[in-house]
Amino acid sequence: MTTTHSWILSPAELTIIWLSIKVAIFCVLILCLPALFTAWLLAKKSFIGKSLLDAIVHLPMVLPPVVLGYGLLILLGRKGWLGSWLYTHWQVQFTFHWTGAVIASAVMAYPLMVRAIRQALLQVDPKLEQAAQTLGANPVRVFFSITLPLSSHGLLTGGILAFSRSLGEFGATITFAGNLEGETRTLPLAIYSLTQSPDGDAAALRLVVFSILLSVCALLLSQWCERGLLNRHR
Amino acid sequence: MLTVNIHYQHPTSTAQLAQANYRATFTVAAGQCLGIMGPSGAGKTTLLHAIAGLLNPTAGEILVHGTVWYDGTRAIHLAPHQRPVGVVFQEGRLFPHLSIEQNLRYGMPRRATPTISLHEVIDILAIKALLQRTPSQLSGGERQRVALGRALLRQPQILLMDEPLSGLDAALKQQVLPYIQQVIQRFSMPTIYVSHAQDEIARVADQVRVMDHGVLGQARPVIAKDD
Repeated sequence: MTTTHSWILSPAELTIIWLSIKVAIFCVLILCLPALFTAWLLAKKSFIGKSLLDAIVHLPMVLPPVVLGYGLLILLGRKGWLGSWLYTHWQVQFTFHWTGAVIASAVMAYPLMVRAIRQALLQVDPKLEQAAQTLGANPVRVFFSITLPLSSHGLLTGGILAFSRSLGEFGATITFAGNLEGETRTLPLAIYSLTQSPDGDAAALRLVVFSILLSVCALLLSQWCERGLLNRHR
Repeated sequence: MLTVNIHYQHPTSTAQLAQANYRATFTVAAGQCLGIMGPSGAGKTTLLHAIAGLLNPTAGEILVHGTVWYDGTRAIHLAPHQRPVGVVFQEGRLFPHLSIEQNLRYGMPRRATPTISLHEVIDILAIKALLQRTPSQLSGGERQRVALGRALLRQPQILLMDEPLSGLDAALKQQVLPYIQQVIQRFSMPTIYVSHAQDEIARVADQVRVMDHGVLGQARPVIAKDD
């Protein structure tokens, strides 16, 4: 007896994919400025505690995601240190809400984005920044007219890496935001849930294939954009 | 008039830092060009960086037309972007992501009417055909002409040139040198021209000083200045 799979996505699966893409896009958006600022600090400035900051930024890469999710729960959960205050005063709640999935993804993707931007910032020739200074540009103008355009490939690469990381994020999301269908159940959580269900294999396979396609597209786009920007700046 | 009387340290060599305490005292009048020669590591580039504000001298003062740019005693140190100085670097340092026209316009004041206009610079340096290109599409000589133009459009009160022709072959040097001579004569600002090459100094400078072991020597007349 042969089993045939339907490759057409159901409305529920489309909701999962849309939610995952929404979470990934918001993850990149909220990371842009903090990652850029941190990368700039680490690449261009010398200060006491720089090594400590560097270590803290990279913690999500070495800590188990569940630990980070639990940490987020303690801090931002409804009964957390900051979360209880946010809920009492602003009725803001991250747990069991898609914004919680965004925060969990962002924490996990943060070091990847910082690393990509930092590398790009380090590649900008400081002599060009000096030349801009002698042409009357203050430090802010130097950054926005010279440093940032010349390192834009790093920002783009970082953004796409963060996007991909967010699509694959599981441990921190399920611990912090939960696994609520239609709200926080992103692709990896949905695949996990389907594999736990006796008749979920076909749907899980469809989502797995879609996840792979999405990630490969993101990485190819990253390489293509990076090459294009680097060629433009040569 | 540019008046410099500073002590400074060479920032690139940790080994030398303990011993090296450079000093330079000189004045350059408007329309005059001071040529500075000396071996590598003598501190010539560092001196120009100190004047441009890219590094902080350890003591002394720098005055341009009576305005204090640096005074160690009074802790005055104008930031580089606050000093109206035109710097032509050895490697040109054109911004690779901008067109030649955008490079030229980069340092132009936005509000005040410029004394040195874009059209004037384009004419003098013969760079009209290059405006829409990018720096990577230029030859070494063209790049240095654009760098000189960009420095002039900053509307500087002084002009500093740090071995602007050292990366060019002899033929290209001969092409670019007349432009530099013309600029120095036309805009009448105090100019410092640093070079290893005596023939270049002889073509552009009115007087020459040799920097040796961190000390700038006495002024000597230039032997053969080409008109």
